[in-house]
Amino acid sequence: MARFVLRRTAQSLVALLGVSIVVFALIHLVPGDPIRAALGTRFDPEVYELLRERSGLDQPLVVQYVDWLGRAVQGDLGVSFRSGAPVTTVLAARIPPTAVLAVASLVVGIVVAIPAGIIAAVRQGKAADYLATGFSQVGVSIPDFWYGIMLILIFSVTLGWLPPLGYTEFGEDPVDFARRLILPAVTAGVVTGAILTRFVRSSVLEALNADHVRLARAKGLPERYILRHHVLRNAWIPIVTVTGLQLGTLLGGIVIVEVVFAWPGLGRLALDAVERRDYPVLQGAVLFMAGAFLVINLLVDLLYAKLDPRIAVR
Amino acid sequence: MSGPLLSVRDLNVRFGTKRGTAQVVRGMSYDLHEGETLAIVGESGSGKSVSTLALTRLIPTPPGRIEGQVLLDGDDLVTMPEKQLLQVRGTRVGYVFQDPMTSLNPVHPIGRQVTEGMRFHLDVSEHEARDRAVDLLRQVGIPGAEKRLDDYPHQFSGGMRQRVVIAIGLACDPKILIADEMTTALDVTTQAQITDLVQHLQEERRMAVIWITHDLGVVAGIADRVMVMYAGQVIEEASVDRLFAEPRHPYTVGLLMSLPVLGDLRGEALTAIPGLPPSPTDLPDGCSFHPRCSFRDDERCLTEQPPLREIAPGHHVRSFYEVDDATARAASAAQRIEVEPPEASNDDGSPDAGPPGGGRP
Repeated sequence: MARFVLRRTAQSLVALLGVSIVVFALIHLVPGDPIRAALGTRFDPEVYELLRERSGLDQPLVVQYVDWLGRAVQGDLGVSFRSGAPVTTVLAARIPPTAVLAVASLVVGIVVAIPAGIIAAVRQGKAADYLATGFSQVGVSIPDFWYGIMLILIFSVTLGWLPPLGYTEFGEDPVDFARRLILPAVTAGVVTGAILTRFVRSSVLEALNADHVRLARAKGLPERYILRHHVLRNAWIPIVTVTGLQLGTLLGGIVIVEVVFAWPGLGRLALDAVERRDYPVLQGAVLFMAGAFLVINLLVDLLYAKLDPRIAVR
Repeated sequence: MSGPLLSVRDLNVRFGTKRGTAQVVRGMSYDLHEGETLAIVGESGSGKSVSTLALTRLIPTPPGRIEGQVLLDGDDLVTMPEKQLLQVRGTRVGYVFQDPMTSLNPVHPIGRQVTEGMRFHLDVSEHEARDRAVDLLRQVGIPGAEKRLDDYPHQFSGGMRQRVVIAIGLACDPKILIADEMTTALDVTTQAQITDLVQHLQEERRMAVIWITHDLGVVAGIADRVMVMYAGQVIEEASVDRLFAEPRHPYTVGLLMSLPVLGDLRGEALTAIPGLPPSPTDLPDGCSFHPRCSFRDDERCLTEQPPLREIAPGHHVRSFYEVDDATARAASAAQRIEVEPPEASNDDGSPDAGPPGGGRP
């Protein structure tokens, strides 16, 4: 097990290094150079030279990369071209809202998907199954901004129960924090739940049809026990994987939902950075998203090894 | 011994499918006595497995439908409430299935898989159940049983896993063990060991065994009585000696003729039965076997279903026409199966135990 953890961690680090190269290259993919792109058409050549030197763009690429990586490791991702604030500070402000929304959406998704998927599988071909698969089909087919707008129309505009947009920090006003979280979390959660429902259903179905389940029945075990210990216990393995990947995706920022609900998260930050050609911020955001994804994947794999005794040996 | 342990009368199993009703088992009747070994042979899809799964209603209903009577010590399992039936499965009727690679749950240690049935059916503590499991695993020939209870299935070889599955089948001391193609997935040496093992345990426990197989060689070695199934029906039933000496149904003869014979230098091609078995959703009128039968010579075979007739004491045939003596003798001679399986010691001493240490979480 220890070896497995070590190996998997090392793999993640290598992947992260790869990501860092891509992220670094990003700034050099810009036609011309990023400073010029950032400054626009009219600028003072002195300011240009100063910025160029300050950002080290006059150095050879390898030197620039090692330099950048060295600073990145120490938590220095440069400064925003726009505001001049350190990228880490910019990111630090955006990560909590995104993390909160991601976790809340995932919780909504899981709360919907796990029961719906299990019931659909156990009652395959019956009304409950059609209901669950129908929800799933609709959930993945309709774009999330539509749900978002509908929810705002119903719960904010018509009923006036919840605020339509914005974000309040938990420390400031916990009640308002929760009220503002509900609509975006439900919006993103419906889509996540729809994806997960299909997955839970097919995993449970597959587990239900396993030979060892038939043997468990032949042992005379009660159906509930079989469902828990021989079906769900086995179905968790793929479900955990996909749920982890979903969380990774959500942590990358749900751009559309964040835009619809004016949620100050990472997704919007990245979108703004693209629009304003604020490359250091974009780099930072992408690096964080990729890093978060890798960390979650690593955790999922470790959990996987815990769930499936065959993994650790392989 | 008084009456039979198990008495099956007119067992029918149907499945509703998109292409109509599949009649998978049709009008099956037999008795099984204590300590007896009954072999059910037939091609894939002939209904052998389903007929035994249906005994304790292990097939999903719907889409399946089970009719008839299955009397186990006087209790009718077909009408018994599900809750009561749970007490029959495992305790009075134990099952061992074909594929040892998939019959065990990969995420639970084998000890737990052996004991979980006991915990439900027998009044034993966790500790007693473990002791019993060690004892069982030792009986089925797993070396170092007490050390291996917490090992996972993937740490065992195929033959060893099948022994574990047998231990599970025996865990609650069933009166009847149903061995469904139990040795098919194993190599020949292991097959012989497992057959020996089950015979040995059967004698020890006075257990009745229903042995499902398509391997006539195995049948000759172990069975008391044989039922040959075709398209869901029993088409011939006799004692093992008689069936091999005097097969009377054209299909049985065909089966015996199609066996390869070791040391046969005649160099003749094996005789295959022409055609394919009928689909259970589209059975032919008349005798189910007539489209493939080389003995058919009558309008009656096409229109009328032959009954199961007793042609000699204990020898039943479902055919209007029995195979003549000469052909029967030829078929009997075609298979010089050694009636005893090769002697093999139960303890092969090589558990093939997967990676040592194993670094489990």
